[in-house]
Amino acid sequence: MSANNSTLGFAVLKPGFLTLITDRGRFGYHRIGLTSGGPVDPTAARWANRLLGNDENASLLEASFGGLSLEAQVDTAFVVTGATVPLKINGLDAEMWRSHAIKAGDKIDLGFASEACRSYLAVAGGFNIGAEFGSSTTVVRESIGGLNGDKLSAGDVLSCATHTNHPLNILPEVSRPTYTGDITLKVIPGYQQHCFSRFQQRQFFSSEYEVSDRCDRMGYRLTGAEIRPSIDGILSEGICLGAIQVPADGQPIVLLNDRQTIGGYPKIGSVVSLDVARLGQCLPGAKISFEPVTIDCAHNALCLAESQFYRANVVSL
Amino acid sequence: MNIHVAGENALIIYFGEKTDPKISAQVQQAVALLSMALKNNLIDLVPSYASLLVVFDPLRCDHLAVRKVIRETLQAISSENDRPNEGKVVELPVYYSLESGPDLAAISERTGLSHDEIIAIHQQGEYRVYAIGFAPGFAYLGEVDERIASPRLSTPRLKVPRGAVGIADRQTAVYPAMSPGGWNLIGLCPERMFNPDSQPTMPVQVGDRVKFKAISREQFLALGGLLKGEVA
Repeated sequence: MSANNSTLGFAVLKPGFLTLITDRGRFGYHRIGLTSGGPVDPTAARWANRLLGNDENASLLEASFGGLSLEAQVDTAFVVTGATVPLKINGLDAEMWRSHAIKAGDKIDLGFASEACRSYLAVAGGFNIGAEFGSSTTVVRESIGGLNGDKLSAGDVLSCATHTNHPLNILPEVSRPTYTGDITLKVIPGYQQHCFSRFQQRQFFSSEYEVSDRCDRMGYRLTGAEIRPSIDGILSEGICLGAIQVPADGQPIVLLNDRQTIGGYPKIGSVVSLDVARLGQCLPGAKISFEPVTIDCAHNALCLAESQFYRANVVSL
Repeated sequence: MNIHVAGENALIIYFGEKTDPKISAQVQQAVALLSMALKNNLIDLVPSYASLLVVFDPLRCDHLAVRKVIRETLQAISSENDRPNEGKVVELPVYYSLESGPDLAAISERTGLSHDEIIAIHQQGEYRVYAIGFAPGFAYLGEVDERIASPRLSTPRLKVPRGAVGIADRQTAVYPAMSPGGWNLIGLCPERMFNPDSQPTMPVQVGDRVKFKAISREQFLALGGLLKGEVA
């Protein structure tokens, strides 16, 4: 059962470090310079919506590093997925990856993330956030989407509908993504790959890199073995998700969801989307390495992951 | 025309390797043709100076199918039948002065041209919109007369006001919003280059041409222009 009440929803008591309203992302507007945004870890975000029976494009929250406190103003259901954070309802421990019924006046606290950084909080039916350029996703750098184009602040109210007796679900542990361990990112060589000598490419694919503290939703700057293309720059061109650009200092930058749409640094290839999500969950200091794959292998892996997502069984509570 | 892999769901088409109105016109034609030909398989297109990034939906098609459509659709495009000047011409007013364009002084010192000469040369050009990017509504216009081409500032400014008209090498642009920036500032334009609340959002698109027209301080203010870092 659901009812609309346009002004009530959840009050933001503490916004956390960086909590953004997002949906699947903004597509079709690169031509006027708008980036795609969207959840850094789309799989975790999709699970959040699916565990509530929501549309895949329903608006939810991406909390980077946790620290979020909300107070419910309506009766509804919610779920938290993604990076593990201590989750409490009215001060009592609650499980992630399962939906919970909640009543007006209840308080939800997400503690701080330690092993990975992005958690997702969804509510039944999604938050009612108007779309800008076809999407609610917040891109702070562009001042577009979300509430006034900005991250959440204390005092914000996130409108959503009342949902009583909403069906509750849990994702069995075996099907949950894990976020631990050092990672190898699959890279499709492309773009200016030919401007990197065989030696430079071998150096890149055989070295270990570390996530520097200059990492955000735009890009992850890595430190490690320097690689040198044979050219300094190129005529500015379109940049896709996961593109690895190499500026003059030889330290690669992997571009994420909020990347600029065009740029003039040479690129050795692009990280596949499933691995962009894994990288985007990493904290500074994480160890990263790269392995080359063909675009066909990447396509297979993506389709397999998609099939696994739909085949994974959600258990009703 | 060369098609390269860009990423898991992206191909990039190169039409040339330099800034050239004819190449840019081919990119424009390709945008129009591929938008229609790729239908629902298309997620986004990023046209730039001499290339076009095609982002497709990898759960509906694969790169081989997209390559085939690109080849078939674009075989008709050649440098022969271009019409490089198909876009519209947009005139943008600019209040050129030291007050609104502090780098006129440095350009003048480096080139030996007077402020008035720099302003006159900047207005003489008709500039093509080669690309939009960097920030929403940031249009890269080219090419600036070599006499006033200026390298980027070695230390970018932390805050460039909305409407600032800048030069970087042989490109010129109007900043659509306040942002950091390293272009040489020569004036202020009162017209908004990006307004999410208006339709269209931008006065120009890739392939259009821009002319600049000098206006006085009074005209600038009357057109709603803001000075001294005021932000509306």
